[in-house]
Amino acid sequence: MPYDILIAPFLEFDFMRRALVAALALALGAAPIGVILMLRRMSLMGDAMAHAILPGAAVGFLVAGLNLFAMSIGGLIAGLLVALLAGVVARVTELKEDASLAAFFLVSLALGVTIVSARGTNIDLLHFLFGNVLGLDAASLVLIAAISTLSLLILALIWRPLVLECVDPGFLRSISRAGAPVHIAFLGLVVLNLVGGFQALGTLLAVGLMMLPAFTARFWTRDITAMILVAVLTGALSGYIGLLLSFHAGVAAGPAIILVAGALYIGSVLAGPVGGVLRQLFPKRHLEA
Amino acid sequence: MMRWLVAALVAMVAAPALAQGKVNVATSFTILADFARNVGGDRVEVVSLVGPNGDAHSYVPSPADAKKLADAKLVILNGLGLEGSTERFMRAAAKDAKVIVASDGITPLRLGNDPDPHAWQSVANAKIYVANIRDALIAVDPASKSTFEANAAAYLSRLDALGIEVKAEIAKIPPDRRKLVTTHDAFGYFGTAYEIAFIAPHGVSTEAQASARDVARIIAQIRAQKIPAVFLENVTDPRLLERIARESGARIGGTLYSDALTEPNGPAPTYINMVRHNVQELVAALR
Repeated sequence: MPYDILIAPFLEFDFMRRALVAALALALGAAPIGVILMLRRMSLMGDAMAHAILPGAAVGFLVAGLNLFAMSIGGLIAGLLVALLAGVVARVTELKEDASLAAFFLVSLALGVTIVSARGTNIDLLHFLFGNVLGLDAASLVLIAAISTLSLLILALIWRPLVLECVDPGFLRSISRAGAPVHIAFLGLVVLNLVGGFQALGTLLAVGLMMLPAFTARFWTRDITAMILVAVLTGALSGYIGLLLSFHAGVAAGPAIILVAGALYIGSVLAGPVGGVLRQLFPKRHLEA
Repeated sequence: MMRWLVAALVAMVAAPALAQGKVNVATSFTILADFARNVGGDRVEVVSLVGPNGDAHSYVPSPADAKKLADAKLVILNGLGLEGSTERFMRAAAKDAKVIVASDGITPLRLGNDPDPHAWQSVANAKIYVANIRDALIAVDPASKSTFEANAAAYLSRLDALGIEVKAEIAKIPPDRRKLVTTHDAFGYFGTAYEIAFIAPHGVSTEAQASARDVARIIAQIRAQKIPAVFLENVTDPRLLERIARESGARIGGTLYSDALTEPNGPAPTYINMVRHNVQELVAALR
């Protein structure tokens, strides 16, 4: 019986296996990035970037239809452009980076909706916003897997300065000039992972698989390596349970995955050992001599 | 110069007055408008409230529509619940126009608990529509009786030929392959008339985004019943369609037109084109 519920759907249907592989790959690439964003207090950055991707993907869609590479490359260009412009405005003027980012992503989003609606039907717009994890072809899977691999490699390369900047940006600046290029590379990774995620989950929900597991992990450990491990596992588990939920209960697949991630987050807020609500209400007694 | 301008203005103002020599006819959707144009010929001016490619089921009337109805001498409705709550609006806005229900005299199929409004999908029913529209036109413009009767007779014989053509085309499909899975609910009359089974996917919502359960059910059903083709209108993502086709072994059918005609340059600008197009798509996918 547990076999029928938990494993058989994936054995019987190819589309379920593909969806699972995509969810696992996305969790592997996006969750570590989510953890870094959270630690740098840039949790809303992912959301802003997801909106910023829309016009690029829309232009790709207008040029080539529902073409994977056209939409991905368009999204990538739009996302990087917004990130860079926001960075430049923040450095050159008095506006803070969050404000200039908000300005550019709002303009970008409006542009995206304009472009999409110029084409006509709302159904097309829904593809952008919600994606479809059940309809992944081989090319989409390869793209998602490639993005995850690339993310992990680049993260490994820029890991030390990246963590240092989370903890003590002033110290990093005093010993190295890697700060700015590392920051830009990291922003590139954020955009790249969102582009990978929007094939499967759509622009909005892709952020969910990036951020929610990171927040969840925060309640289980203080160690950053362990935090990333927990985040990846949480993301993978969300994908697996979400797909089963969609299969058995008939819920739309993408939202189901994010809802499971949200449930895990709320559970951790309550029961997590590091700063969870229950732990604060009933603190462990200290050892007393 | 000024005189020319005045003359042009007078001509523009006078043009609608000229059109009043014709009978203004308003219909609820494009297929009825096509019938009315064929019967009325140059004696009528036909407007359709729901335009080409519009969805008659989700139609919301506008003030401009009330104007069209008020100008009409004849208003043609489908009936059988197609117009839904807007039927009352149309009857009220029609003022002193004659209002007819074109599907009068058709034995309705059921769609759940309600009558199935898509009666025009069977060519035999379309002939009843045309006869009703002919009689109504004669009633509002008796002077043109002979024109209407001649036009209707010519059009009815074209519909007869169409019916024979459809039967011949469907006969190309082997009888055990005359079934398909579809989320269209508009082909009950067509399926009954031409013995093609339009099977609705079990427990699949036609409106919402397809869930993993929906997709799995469609695939499992196609495999179990050895169905040669699927026509899905709610699954608009071509990648998902391709997955369903790959995993089930069924062919993915093209677009079927059910409730609305297309623009003149589309594949189904008239009723006869629409039926031909649908039959070609069906034969191509099932044969």
